Amino acid sequence: MSESKKSSMFSIIGASSVGTMIEWYDFYIFGSLATIISTKFFPAGPGSETLSFLSTLATFAAGFVVRPFGALFFGRLGDLIGRKYTFMVTLLLMGGATFAIGIIPAYETIGVAAPLLVLVLRLLQGLALGGEYGGAATYVAEHSPANQRGYMTSWIQITATAGLIVSLIVIALTKSILSKEDFDAFGWRIPFLASILMVGISYIIRRNMHESPLFSKAKADGKTSTNPLKESFGNKLNFKFVLLALLGVTMGQGVVWYTGQFYAMSFIEKIMNVPKEQVDSIMIWGLCLGTPFFVVFGWLSDRIGRKWIMMAGMLVAILSYRTIYTKMYETADIKGKTEILEKAHQVAELKENAKNKNGGVDSVYTFTKAFTDGTTYKEIKTKTLKNGEVEISEKDGKPVIETKKIVTITDTDKWTLIWLVFIQMLFVTMVYGPVAAFLVEMFPIKIRYTSMSLPYHIGNGIFGGLLPAIATFLVSNAQKVNSVAAESGLAPVIEKPYLEGLWYPIILAGICFVIGTIYLDGKDNKVND
Amino acid sequence: MNAIKRILGIVWISIGMGAVYYLIVNQAIMLWNKGGENYIPAIIYTVILCPMIAGSLGTFGFYSLRGEFDSKD
Repeated sequence: MSESKKSSMFSIIGASSVGTMIEWYDFYIFGSLATIISTKFFPAGPGSETLSFLSTLATFAAGFVVRPFGALFFGRLGDLIGRKYTFMVTLLLMGGATFAIGIIPAYETIGVAAPLLVLVLRLLQGLALGGEYGGAATYVAEHSPANQRGYMTSWIQITATAGLIVSLIVIALTKSILSKEDFDAFGWRIPFLASILMVGISYIIRRNMHESPLFSKAKADGKTSTNPLKESFGNKLNFKFVLLALLGVTMGQGVVWYTGQFYAMSFIEKIMNVPKEQVDSIMIWGLCLGTPFFVVFGWLSDRIGRKWIMMAGMLVAILSYRTIYTKMYETADIKGKTEILEKAHQVAELKENAKNKNGGVDSVYTFTKAFTDGTTYKEIKTKTLKNGEVEISEKDGKPVIETKKIVTITDTDKWTLIWLVFIQMLFVTMVYGPVAAFLVEMFPIKIRYTSMSLPYHIGNGIFGGLLPAIATFLVSNAQKVNSVAAESGLAPVIEKPYLEGLWYPIILAGICFVIGTIYLDGKDNKVND
Repeated sequence: MNAIKRILGIVWISIGMGAVYYLIVNQAIMLWNKGGENYIPAIIYTVILCPMIAGSLGTFGFYSLRGEFDSKD
């Protein structure tokens, strides 16, 4: 490739990647702020934090679930009118929806309209992303020389993780500038509002891009499709490849990706009870260290083939997840640490709570423990008081108690967790780095945008996107089973309840690994141009 | 390899049917009966995961069984 071609190629990659990264940023700030969003838009009453959090995760997941519909709608558009115009539309749609989430009044102000509006905007975000990724990947791939497709498209693959990193950094910066009270009151809206600025810049950059040369040529030759949906999914010859792409590649790739990036984050925060600030820092470091490997594996896929890199990533993930998550859990598990007894203390106090409509006062017990390695543990039990008496739940006749546990870990433990997140990121880069090029090469130009977008977004949007909600539910269910057994004086039924959520990615990635290994053609397809 | 692919077709169809049994009979119905916060996973299992897994694996298994994925060389 000549120097001028190389420089034009990198400006194409840059312009496409920046826009795609911003779309991922928009999509992920919702997830990164899930905890605070759950209190602003999905309050479920005292003692129901899990329901609140699951509602938020479900809304987060709803954005993923509609991604295949976005893929169909915008994919069809992209195969009919062109790649460039379609992903301009998706960019603006995403930016508008994200900005709008930032200005919705909270549940306290407009009631049930608040979560409904959030849900609608989240669905629009999902539709936009469903159209964006396939467009950007196809656009870059169609500009790339066939022997460098893996390397060139791996820059698009970076954008998803980069978007998450930027979202975490913007949130961390906002938190560092504002006080905790200000962040809780209005500061959490800033990352959503900032999106409009980034989308504006990206729009200006993308406006000057040209249409994909392969698509332009196909259009000039009259070889574009008149009905991409029918040709993609109504034609058995192509539909069976869509199924193979889904079950042999993207299903496993999706669950490995979302385990490494999102479930790891939710696991450290919600199951290990590490404070959000430490979680964000762990994730930023782990993701930053892992991100260059997208390009490494994309580049390697041009040399040794894409299939085996992706299959190896799935296999190693399946085999090591339980070990990795056991080690993660043990890192912050206070049962394995030595307590400094003289530092333990507890405080009982009455605290005003504006949300408590039955007298405005909660009874709060705070237990604090310190450990020899520097770890601290705080348990805050809040009992809601109703006219001076502890409120009794109508559901089970027990006192309504909200328990919050916080384990502040040491720097050494933090680096252990960063290392464990980084290892998972390596699996992510193995399965995700080469996948854009692999999917592009599976389908012909005239229906490429539509055909590759659907399996990608079902695998990632549905199988991957639902992962945090399903895995969190499986763990919470296992913990309940054990607590019921404990109340009856029995031994725990499930030995390591915190690992139960991993069955979901392990089973799906396992099926995908077998299908991919046996059915996928190892020779990368170069005939579809 | 083609014979293995065809035989595995039966396995994929069986896993698809097993997924329906596990997700609906074993999980979703129980979750619906429990109510409360269990509605969300019940909806996810019933409306999204079950049709997606069973439908895609069933169709894939059917094609596989019929030799649609046989290698030509």
